[in-house]
Amino acid sequence: MNGRFHSFQSLGTLDGPGVRFVAFAQGCPLRCGCCHNPDTWDPAGGKEWTAEAILQKALRFREYFGEEGGLTISGGEPLMQAEFCAELFRLCHEAGLNTCLDTSGCILNDDVEALLVETDRVLLDIKYVTEEKYRAHVGCGLAAPMRFLARLDELGKPTTLRQVTIPGLNDDEESVRELIRIAEAHPCVDKLELLPFRKVCQVKYDDMGLPFPFADIPSPESTVMTSLRALIPTHLNGESESGVKGRAVHCELSSGKKKTGC
Amino acid sequence: MESRNWDGFIKGEWTDTIDVRGFIQLNYKEYTGDDSFLAEATPRTKALMKKVEGLFALERQFGGVLDVDTSTVSSLTSYSPGYVDKDNELIFGLQTNRPLKRGVNPFGGMRMAKQACEAYGYKLSDKVQEEFRFRTTHNEGVFRAYTDEMRAARKCHVITGLPDAYGRGRIIGDYRRVALYGVDRLVEEKKKDKAAIGVMDLDAEKVRLTEELFQQIAFLGFMKEMAAMYGFDISKPAANLKEAIQWTYFAYLASIKEQNGAAMSLGRVATFFDIYAERDLERGDIDEAGIQELFDDFVIKLRLARHLRTPEYNELFGGDPMWITEAVGGMGEDGRTLVSKSSFRILNTLYTLGSSPEPNLTVLWSNQLPMPFKRFCAKVSVDTDSIQYENDDVMRPLYGDDYAIACCVSAMRVGKQMQFFGARCNLGKLLLIALNGGYDTTSKMHIGPQMDVMNVEKLDFDAVMERYQIYLEWLCHLYVNTMNVIHYMHDKYAYEKTQMALHDTSVERLMAFGIAGLSVVADSLSAIKHANVKPLRDDYGFIVDFKTEGDFPKFGNDDDRVDLIAKDMAHRVITELRKTPTYRNAIHTLSVLTITSNVMYGKNTGATPDGRKAGEAYAPGANPMHNREENGALASLNSVAKISYDDCRDGISNTFSITPEALGREEGERVGNLVAILDGYFAKKAHHINVNVLNRETLMKAYEDPEAYPNLTIRVSGYAVNFHKLSREQQKEVISRTFHEAV
Repeated sequence: MNGRFHSFQSLGTLDGPGVRFVAFAQGCPLRCGCCHNPDTWDPAGGKEWTAEAILQKALRFREYFGEEGGLTISGGEPLMQAEFCAELFRLCHEAGLNTCLDTSGCILNDDVEALLVETDRVLLDIKYVTEEKYRAHVGCGLAAPMRFLARLDELGKPTTLRQVTIPGLNDDEESVRELIRIAEAHPCVDKLELLPFRKVCQVKYDDMGLPFPFADIPSPESTVMTSLRALIPTHLNGESESGVKGRAVHCELSSGKKKTGC
Repeated sequence: MESRNWDGFIKGEWTDTIDVRGFIQLNYKEYTGDDSFLAEATPRTKALMKKVEGLFALERQFGGVLDVDTSTVSSLTSYSPGYVDKDNELIFGLQTNRPLKRGVNPFGGMRMAKQACEAYGYKLSDKVQEEFRFRTTHNEGVFRAYTDEMRAARKCHVITGLPDAYGRGRIIGDYRRVALYGVDRLVEEKKKDKAAIGVMDLDAEKVRLTEELFQQIAFLGFMKEMAAMYGFDISKPAANLKEAIQWTYFAYLASIKEQNGAAMSLGRVATFFDIYAERDLERGDIDEAGIQELFDDFVIKLRLARHLRTPEYNELFGGDPMWITEAVGGMGEDGRTLVSKSSFRILNTLYTLGSSPEPNLTVLWSNQLPMPFKRFCAKVSVDTDSIQYENDDVMRPLYGDDYAIACCVSAMRVGKQMQFFGARCNLGKLLLIALNGGYDTTSKMHIGPQMDVMNVEKLDFDAVMERYQIYLEWLCHLYVNTMNVIHYMHDKYAYEKTQMALHDTSVERLMAFGIAGLSVVADSLSAIKHANVKPLRDDYGFIVDFKTEGDFPKFGNDDDRVDLIAKDMAHRVITELRKTPTYRNAIHTLSVLTITSNVMYGKNTGATPDGRKAGEAYAPGANPMHNREENGALASLNSVAKISYDDCRDGISNTFSITPEALGREEGERVGNLVAILDGYFAKKAHHINVNVLNRETLMKAYEDPEAYPNLTIRVSGYAVNFHKLSREQQKEVISRTFHEAV
């Protein structure tokens, strides 16, 4: 079986713990306004690879992975090629590599279930906390990622929640507080990351002759990022990796998630 | 012959023979903890450093040279004692009678000394010129013996940067010997050696050595006189840490007063000092702040060291470097780490005194180093961009556990090996000369074997390689012979008396050759092999450019198709070099290192088949060409790691720039990730890496407004510089380098 991949990055430090080899899957069903990889949308694009070939590529960097690092599949949306990704992760595990899945959580089926079995950590993008914004700027509803998150919780899968902070859309305190409530309602989430919206991808849109939907939105001020990040409780800012699992979860907040409408 | 100053040390063979390593092994205390014990700068240190910063600012205002003593020839005792702030200094001694005042040293060459003075608006005094009228300088000696072909190779820049008009440097005296044994004992041992040689069959080599020993002994005497001028008697061993540092520094100071070698490295002193620090602590004579203060004062002195250089020299070695390289850390042959608390203390000077290019702090990295030390080093890199890393796990098996680094990447056993430095040859230019059948289109000179221009529509890889090999053989033979001339004359007319007095009498010599343009040649040959390269000719039929069609693998992407060409090229060069015997039976070694001369080498080289335009800068050292890396930082590191240290025992330099964002989100993550990267790179048997964690924007701002960034330190190629001290051209090249960014 072959998978379609857009490209590979030998040094990834931002997509999962430690130093990681990042494989960018080709193809995505979503059309997020903030997307910085429009060149990964087309499922027929990229190049075909066998799982074994990607593993061999990653293994060339094994010495750099240290205790925590490994392989991350990002994209694109890896879940569109869940069966292939599961095979790749299985090979990784046979070779002793840690596996990380960077996803929007928009698909949940048997292939995805099989993939999750081989996944050591999920990086789940919750783009907004309201259905309205999801519908307007993502191309699916909030229900899909929330259902995915609930499943991760059932599986007890270590999860990092991530959100791209976009001025005017989700850079207000209330939105971030809601995101924190979601994180705290799911004990599987041990880390919450806010990533500033960046516009370096403009050139990709230009090259492809596509309009960049968020072209007029500025990057957030670093002071805004600092104050929003300050809202994140310590146990979710990743400072102590150990002890995460033993920590009591704020169960009283779990009712809060219902309000998000998932 | 035991000294009372050795009380408290474990005795062993080191008391009977000169054996600093033996002393260290029996007495040092390994430290596997973290940096929390470190002390901050004391108010005294801060006040003194403020004064020194003021002097640095003044030096900048004076265009880089604060003052020159044009009427005194630099030597051990030719200047009256100099001070920064006599009452507040702890370690004493300056090169001349005032801080940052540069001396003149015409032993390498009178013309060079005159030009250097003139470049900064001074005139070398008639008195000095008169003194040298009936003396032969090293430079004069070399040019008496140079053949026409050597002159031509030098003139067309296929071999350049040779130490034929300046001091060769790259010799590390075992400065610690003065502290451990005192000068009298060293003199006594040298006299014994001289007497022992005197009863052998005296051939030319032994007679030369006998005369050298005479000079060594004389200069040990001058060293004592120099120390006495500052009020110290260094005839006996140092009695405590303060004296150990002071004695060692006097030995180093004597060397830089005597010699203006390109690289005047320090060696491996921190853990040696640590033994004295521990003894003083045990005796209750000092506390941590006091120890740090002594390290700080020592490092301040090192930061004040200067040599007077010509503008041409600065083009090769930009940023006014001294390469006061100190090797820190590493592992011992017995499996204990050589990291001590003082390994931390010397790195801590980058905090107590602020970041700085000198001394050139070089961490000997082993996967076995204690993790807290690894993390501290990585933190220092992230914070200061001031340190470099070299692979102890590949060097230790060859050089033991008491080696140090001369200049950037040249390993040698301290006090047991020395080096004949030999700059580098230009492999890119050689390729063009080969294609043109012995004609250099840049200098318009015929050179090397004369044959037809490769007159073809499309360059054929095998045919080009066959041709290249012929020219490589020619160049390597010429290169070794040229070096033999240079070092014969350097020994004859500018022998390093002080530094060699601090070596064993029977010393092993290394002859260090170098190559520039490795990635350019690898990519060019890859283009010829994997794409279509059509040579474009001028009116005379010489190839002056190329039309390259199609894609080809480029060095820096972990692609064996081109990486192995680079590896093979280094192997071919050293193999050819070894075929020609060396002066004094030195061992041939090879480096892939350019310092900042990659700009100059590129400037003097025509367009190459890889698409590099005529005059465009080379990548530094073994780096892939700028911005050709398409698979991220680790792929680039993997490519460089394939070049074999067995072929390049004089070092393989790689300069790595990464933005803080690409290294991780928070400081803790960045530190952990940098440790993982270093562990990985060195596990691949790579040799060296300079680490810069900074944004291109910072450099661009510093380029526009140098005054605002007086202390911006950046690693360039085996050493660090203050960015503002580079030429505009060198600054631009540094800015154009690949910065690995977050994706």
